[in-house]
Amino acid sequence: MKKNNSLRYIISSVIVLSLIWIGNSGYFNGLLLSLGAVSVAFVVFMAYRLDIVDEESQPLQVSRRIVVYWLWLLKELVGSNITVIKRIWQGPHSINPVVARVPTSQKTEMGQTIYANSITLTPGTTTLDIDGDTLIVYALSYDGIRYLLGGEMDRRVKRLEE
Amino acid sequence: MSVFIDGLSWALLILGGFICVSGGIGMHRFPDFFSRMHAASVTDTLGGTLVLFGLMLQTDGQYLVLVKLILVLLFILLTSPTGSHALAKAALHGGLRPKLGSQQDKQDADVLNNFGRANASETDKNKE
Amino acid sequence: MFLAAAIAILVAMVLALLRALMGPTLYDRVLSVNVFGTKTVLFIAILGFLMGRPEFLDIALVYALINFIAMIGVLRFFEYKQTEPAEEPKSEGQR
Repeated sequence: MKKNNSLRYIISSVIVLSLIWIGNSGYFNGLLLSLGAVSVAFVVFMAYRLDIVDEESQPLQVSRRIVVYWLWLLKELVGSNITVIKRIWQGPHSINPVVARVPTSQKTEMGQTIYANSITLTPGTTTLDIDGDTLIVYALSYDGIRYLLGGEMDRRVKRLEE
Repeated sequence: MSVFIDGLSWALLILGGFICVSGGIGMHRFPDFFSRMHAASVTDTLGGTLVLFGLMLQTDGQYLVLVKLILVLLFILLTSPTGSHALAKAALHGGLRPKLGSQQDKQDADVLNNFGRANASETDKNKE
Repeated sequence: MFLAAAIAILVAMVLALLRALMGPTLYDRVLSVNVFGTKTVLFIAILGFLMGRPEFLDIALVYALINFIAMIGVLRFFEYKQTEPAEEPKSEGQR
């Protein structure tokens, strides 16, 4: 791990942890703020010892684009939820489960993880496993697989990596 | 204005409650474990999101409460896919296989053989 | 109105609990317990508003974290429970 690079991640984790402390406590007297400072310092020190203060635990490079992606994902979530709720009320004969391979185009492991987790988060499709560059996806019907093979989600996750 | 916000938050709460109940019913109507997982994920994602959004509109300027509701929502949305994936993978390793429908591609069905214990005996599948 | 949402969530909790009692596989039970936990978080949050005591949200926050960690822990315990030692390296290699 490069030292000059790790300073950036240490500062960002200090900021994030301080915001969590202030957001959860809401008191601004000296005692509680100093306790918070000690806690933040201890957690960052432990994370540094564990060697997990890096771009994998804090993907700062995607933080600007990911807000747009989350809003888009929320829209997709509503759509796929409505489909699954319809299937629930129509009964078990309306589902037709399939397992299929879905190719990914992401280069980094982080991109693949975001893609696989987005697939799992949307009801109707679940990632079972990763096999090299392909995901093994279980879906309630072939429509879900067809949507994934259409590749809009794949393209949007790939754009996050740049 | 406050009547409008109140009405919106009530609508979100009722809709969220309805979706939670739908997910609960789906857990009984769907035939096997893997399809039940989707019914569960409905309640985890949209049901929880709508209920928490409905509560967020009722916070009435208490920012601490708002921050905590947002944190709860983030935790649910971030941990739910990880939990589902761990559950599906553990079930596959445990020898449980999804019931596949008529549109299944034979070639793609082979991927399930890569998981351990495909030919585990019936009694071994943690069934009772 | 909070009461209606609380009752709806209670109904969903009862349905999840019934699924946990009925099984039929172990994974169905783990799934139902996880759904039950998520519902508990929502229920505690609503109860806080119903009682006019939003401090309940702290409990909901902690419960959301414990629920996730408990589920991962239970799955770690059961995943390779009945695997014979000879099979262990093969399934490890696939991960």
